[in-house]
Amino acid sequence: MRYLPLSDTDRGEMLARIGVDHVDELFADVPKNLLLKEPVDLPRRKGELEVERILSRMSARNIPASSVPFFVGAGAYKHHVPATVDHLIQRSEFLTSYTPYQPEIAQGTLQYLFEFQTQVAALTGMDVANASMYDGSTGTGEAVLMAHRVTKRRKAVLSGGLHPHYADVVKTLSDMASDETVILAPDVAGTEDILSQIDDTTSCVVVQTPDVFGNLRDLKPIADKAHQHGALLIAVFTEAVSLGLLTSPGSQGADIVVGEGQSIGNALNFGGPYVGLFATQSKYVRQMPGRLCGETVDADGNRGFVLTLSTREQHIRRDKATSNICTNSGLCSLAFTIHMTLLGEAGLTRLARINHANAVKLADQLAGVKGVEVLNRTFFNEFTVKLAKPAAEAVERLAEKGVLAGVPVSRLLPGAGLDNLLLVASTEVNTDDDRAAFVAALKEVL
Amino acid sequence: MLNRQGRPTTPRAHGVADPAAGMGDQAARLQGDATRAAGPAGGSHPTFTGNKALAQVEPLLFEIGRTDTTGVDLDEPEDFAPRLGGLERREPIGLPGLSEPETMRHYVRLSQQNYGIDTGLFPLGSCTMKHNARLNERVARLPGFADVHPLQPVSTVQGALELMNELGRYLVTLTNMTAVALSPKAGAHGELCGMMAIKAAIEAKGEGATRNVVLVPDSAHGTNPATAALIGFRVKPVPAREDGWVHVEDVKERLGPDVAAIMLTNPNTCGLFEPQVAEIAKAIHDAGAYFYCDGANFNAIVGKAKPGDLGVDAMHINLHKTFSTPHGGGGPGSGPVVLSERLAPFAPVPFVRAGKDGFELVEQESDAAEKPFGRMTAFHGQMGMYVRALSYMLSHGADGMKQASEDAVLNANYIRAGLSDLLSLPFGDKPCMHEVLFDDSWLKDTGVTTLDVAKAMIDEGYHPMTMYFPLVVHGAMLIEPTESESKSSLDLFIATLRDLAFAAKNGDTERFTGAPYHAPRRRLDETRAARSPVLKWTPPAPVAEAAE
Repeated sequence: MRYLPLSDTDRGEMLARIGVDHVDELFADVPKNLLLKEPVDLPRRKGELEVERILSRMSARNIPASSVPFFVGAGAYKHHVPATVDHLIQRSEFLTSYTPYQPEIAQGTLQYLFEFQTQVAALTGMDVANASMYDGSTGTGEAVLMAHRVTKRRKAVLSGGLHPHYADVVKTLSDMASDETVILAPDVAGTEDILSQIDDTTSCVVVQTPDVFGNLRDLKPIADKAHQHGALLIAVFTEAVSLGLLTSPGSQGADIVVGEGQSIGNALNFGGPYVGLFATQSKYVRQMPGRLCGETVDADGNRGFVLTLSTREQHIRRDKATSNICTNSGLCSLAFTIHMTLLGEAGLTRLARINHANAVKLADQLAGVKGVEVLNRTFFNEFTVKLAKPAAEAVERLAEKGVLAGVPVSRLLPGAGLDNLLLVASTEVNTDDDRAAFVAALKEVL
Repeated sequence: MLNRQGRPTTPRAHGVADPAAGMGDQAARLQGDATRAAGPAGGSHPTFTGNKALAQVEPLLFEIGRTDTTGVDLDEPEDFAPRLGGLERREPIGLPGLSEPETMRHYVRLSQQNYGIDTGLFPLGSCTMKHNARLNERVARLPGFADVHPLQPVSTVQGALELMNELGRYLVTLTNMTAVALSPKAGAHGELCGMMAIKAAIEAKGEGATRNVVLVPDSAHGTNPATAALIGFRVKPVPAREDGWVHVEDVKERLGPDVAAIMLTNPNTCGLFEPQVAEIAKAIHDAGAYFYCDGANFNAIVGKAKPGDLGVDAMHINLHKTFSTPHGGGGPGSGPVVLSERLAPFAPVPFVRAGKDGFELVEQESDAAEKPFGRMTAFHGQMGMYVRALSYMLSHGADGMKQASEDAVLNANYIRAGLSDLLSLPFGDKPCMHEVLFDDSWLKDTGVTTLDVAKAMIDEGYHPMTMYFPLVVHGAMLIEPTESESKSSLDLFIATLRDLAFAAKNGDTERFTGAPYHAPRRRLDETRAARSPVLKWTPPAPVAEAAE
C-alpha cells in the first residue's frame, strides 16, 4: 500500500523487538470474540489512477457553477478566487500543520491568524476578532450563547430576515440548552417591528444584513433599543464582500458581529468547509468562544505570537468552558486572509461595487420580464423576485435550460406561503451574456 | 530609543553611520521591523537584515502593505444608481493590500516558520498526524465537488449526493452502526451532535427532566465535559484507576435513573483499549442510558474491531485524524457521527437518502419520516473533507485500512519498547494501542520538565508529542507516531529521545531549560500574552510621542 512505509521485514523485526509473535498480540485487550479476523466487507485497495477515475465520474454528474450562468446565493456565493490563494494554502507547512500548540515552530500559522484577526476586526468595525469558527451559522449559535453569558439572560430574539438555516441552528442549540428563542415571521420586505420584541428579559437580538431576502437593515435603532434594555445586538452577515461597501456593523452599535467568510478566498464546496468570522468588543473578550492569537515576546525579546486566553477553553476549563470548540477553520481563514491581502482596501471596495452594480443591472433586466416583480427597495448583490408561478418549478425548468437561477424561498421556508419567491444573487463572475441567457430562459419558462 | 511596540531596538554594534540613513522611510521602517522581529541577528555573526540566509524575517502585513495597493485587477463598474438606502460605508476600513509577488513572498516566508507532517515526525498524541495524500487534494478540487453550491437544484448535484451516500456507507460498515449524521463540522461538533441525539431520545421517552447526568472519565478530552455542559447536562467524573482503565464497577456505582449517558474514549487517552468496554456498555444500557464513544482514537482499530459490536450508541469520527484530511493549522475538520439503531431516528437534517429517481436530500424536519432533533449547521457539512476521506478509503481499501491500524499500533509499541527502560510508563510495560503514554517520573530530580523535553525535541527537528494530557498522569507525554512513519524514522526518533533522556539524567539541564535554541523563535512568553492581551495590530504612535 503506497502510503505505508513498513515492509514485512520491518514488521517482523519490530515485532521481535517488542517481544511478540503476531501483531494481534498487541490487540490483546480487545475482547477476543470482537476482534475481526478478516477485512471488513468493503472493496480492497486501489491505485491512484483508479481512485481518481471513480471520483471524477461522480464529479462529472454535477453541474459546476463556473460552467453555466449562475445566480445561486442565499448564504454561499460564487466568487473568483485568485490562483495564488489556492497555491499558497497547499504549501505543506500550512496544509499539514496542526493547531499551533508549539508556538516556536508555528509562527507562520500564528502570524497569519494575528493578521486575520486584525482584518476581521477592521472589516466588521469591532475591537477584536477570534481565529475563526466553523462557519457563519454555528458562529451565530455560539454568539447567542455568548450573549446569554454576558447578560445572564436566556432569551434570544431572532429577526425574520435571518437565514432560516441559521435560525434553525440557533433554535436547535437553544432548545437543547433549555434557552428561549423567539423567531419572528419571515420578513420579505425587511420592515418587521423587531423593536417591540425587545424588553428587560431579552438577552440578544439577532439581525442579519443584508438579510436573507437581500434587504439592507439599519442596525442603529435596533442597537439603541437593545442597549436601553441591557440586551446585546448580534449583527449577522452571510456575504462578507458586502462589508466592503456597507457601513460596518460595529459603527452601528453591534455588540457581536458574526458571519460567513466563504466569499473571500473559499470555494463553494457544496456547503463546506467554510469559515465563520466572529468579532466583538474588548470588554467581552473573556466571554468569547474560539481560539485567539495574541502578541508576545520570546526569551530574546523578539516579537512572536501565541494562542492566548485559553482559560476560556475546553482543554483547560472542561465543563466550565465558553465553548466546546477545538478544531476551527484554520486553512479557510488562511485562504480568507490571503485573498483579503491581495484585494486590499482598494480591491475589496471595488469588488463590492462591481457586485452591487451587477446585481442592479440584473434586477433592472428581470423587472422588465412579464410575470416578474423585484421586491427589494434596497439590496447589495442579492434580491428577491416574485414570479408568476412557483419558484421551485421555475428553477428546475431553468436548470434544464442550462441556467442555475437562484434559490426558491420554499426550499428554505417550506409551507410559509412564499412559494413564488426566488432569491437571486449576482456577483463579479456574471457577464452580460449570463444575464441575457437568464432573462431569455426565464421568458420561456414563465 | 523605543520601537513601535515600546520595546528597545537593538543597538547596532559597528561604529559607522546608520546604513538606513537616506534609504527613505519605508526601508528604514523595514529595517527596524527586521531587527525587532528577529532580535540580535545571528548570534556571533549578526546580519544587517536580521535574516539568516533561508531563515527570513517577515514583518506583519500591516507594516508592509498599503491601502491603495491591490494584487487583483478589477475594472471600476460603469456609473449606476446604487440601491443601498443610505447605508453605504463612509469610513475607511484600514485594510492594506499587497501586489501578487509581494503576497506570494509574504506567505511563503510565513510558511517557512511552520512545522508540518511533510517536514518531519509529528507525534502529537490523540491527533493522528498521518500522511496527507495529495491525490485527495486533487480530487477535492474537481469542479463537480468544489464548484457546486449547496442550494442548487438536487437534480444538478447527483454525483455529490452519491459521494456523501458512499462515504456514509463506508463509515457505517467500518463501525457496524445503523446510520450516520455527516454534517458536524469537527470532532467537538460531532460530540455535540451525538449528545443532542441522546438528549432527544431521552426526551422522546419522557425522561428529559430526570436523566440529566453524564459520566465522564477523568482521562477524557476537555471537549467531552464541555459538550455535555453546553446542552445542560451535569458532568459526573469517573476517577482514574492506577491501571489506566475505566472499571465497570466504578461505572455501576455511579449509575442511576438520573444518568443519561457515559462519554468514553476508546481506545482511551492513556493509549489503552478498554478491556471492559462490552461490560460497561451493558451496564449503561441496563440502566436505560446511552454509550457515547469519543472516536478520536479510532485510528487504532479501523478494520480490527467495530464500535457497534462493542455496544456504542453514538461515536464521532474525526475525518481529519483517522481518514487523513489535512489539519490545516487547526482545521477545517469534519466530525460525522455514527448512530446505533436506538439513536438513528433522531439524526439531524440534512441527510441523503436514495429515492426512486436518484438521491434525495432531506433538508427539513417536516420532510423526514424519522424524528430529526434539528440542524447542526447551514448546508450539508464539510463536503471538501468528505471527498478527501472517501479518496483515502478507496485508496486503502478494507485490507489497507486494517494494515494501517496494525502499523499504527505496531509503531507506537516499537517506540514503547525502545524507550521503556529510560522513560517511565505510568501503567506498567504493557502493549499500547496507536499511542504510548509516558509520565514525568523519569525526570525526577533532573530539574527538567515535560515542557523542557518538548522544547528540546524541537531543537532536534521534531514536533513535540502531546504534553500534559491526559490529566490523569503527571507531566504526561503522549506519543502517537501513526502508520506513516518508516522504521528508520522511528529508529532515529527513539535514539534521539534516548539521547535526551541520558542528557537530562546526566545534568545537562541547559539543553532543555533554554530550548528551543534553533527554532524561528526562542521560548515564547505565554503569561505576558494572557495578562495584557494584544489581539490585533494597531497603528504605531507618532514617532515624536513614542520617543518620549
